[in-house]
Amino acid sequence: MLLIRCPYCGDRAEIEYANAGEAHIVRPADPMAVSDEEWAQYLYMRDNPKGLIAERWRHSHGCGRFFNAIRDTRTDRFVMTYEMGQPRPTIDSEAAAEAAR
Amino acid sequence: MSDVMTASQARFDVAAGPDLRRWVLQGRDAGLAAGAAAFGLSGVPDMLRTAQVAGGTAARLGPHELVFFAEPDRADAIYSALQAGLKDIPSSLVEISDRQVAIDISGPDVELVLSSLSPMDFNIRAFPVGMATRTLLAKADGMVWRTGPQSFRLEVWRSFVPYMTEYLQKVACDVRF
Ligand SMILES: [Zn+2]
Repeated sequence: MLLIRCPYCGDRAEIEYANAGEAHIVRPADPMAVSDEEWAQYLYMRDNPKGLIAERWRHSHGCGRFFNAIRDTRTDRFVMTYEMGQPRPTIDSEAAAEAAR
Repeated sequence: MSDVMTASQARFDVAAGPDLRRWVLQGRDAGLAAGAAAFGLSGVPDMLRTAQVAGGTAARLGPHELVFFAEPDRADAIYSALQAGLKDIPSSLVEISDRQVAIDISGPDVELVLSSLSPMDFNIRAFPVGMATRTLLAKADGMVWRTGPQSFRLEVWRSFVPYMTEYLQKVACDVRF
């Protein structure tokens, strides 16, 4: 069973959560001022990294809140979760190596 | 049906919960503080905790969310107090009385039975008396509130009540084997 730590409720089973895609993607402040290419970039283009990713999750069957998480896409191991609005944290090499293990 | 196929009521019991009125309050810190004060509490309950007043219970189910439960004879007074206390504070107070239904479960097997519905840890050290949270109960969204060492109050959405009640009774048979 994969446990995910909601910043508000603590460790819960994965089944209580919904993934909501890559985090920290900023919507253009004035959509009418950007080109179609830039808008498509914002809408569709994602990094899809092999390794650490910052992504949004929602505790949909619990408190209902969105939060962000750092996860290793190769191992499914979570490094940390953090509240919406906080900048992407820097992960030290030790924690990254542990998540890749 | 043989005796072993019947769950013993001495080990586990499912009963319809009381008729209640319910409101959900969504708001920032000021909204929750005003709602809790209007409800008669000295402060906002911590996350996943409940607090009680005469004829009512408040459950902190989310960082920006309180759910109020009121017995029918206290409900009008509680609702008036909430409306007055929240009048000038940005917040949302919505009545959800008819959305969900209470189910009371109790008995020495109650933790075992719940464990068959949800992977949460229902041991009393991990889930103490007074704790409440939403979770998935089998396939139904629901709230679990520990009301005593061997008793829980569940709240599920109205249409899930027959499913939940039967599921609990079937599981209660299984855990005796
Ligand atoms: Zn949560």
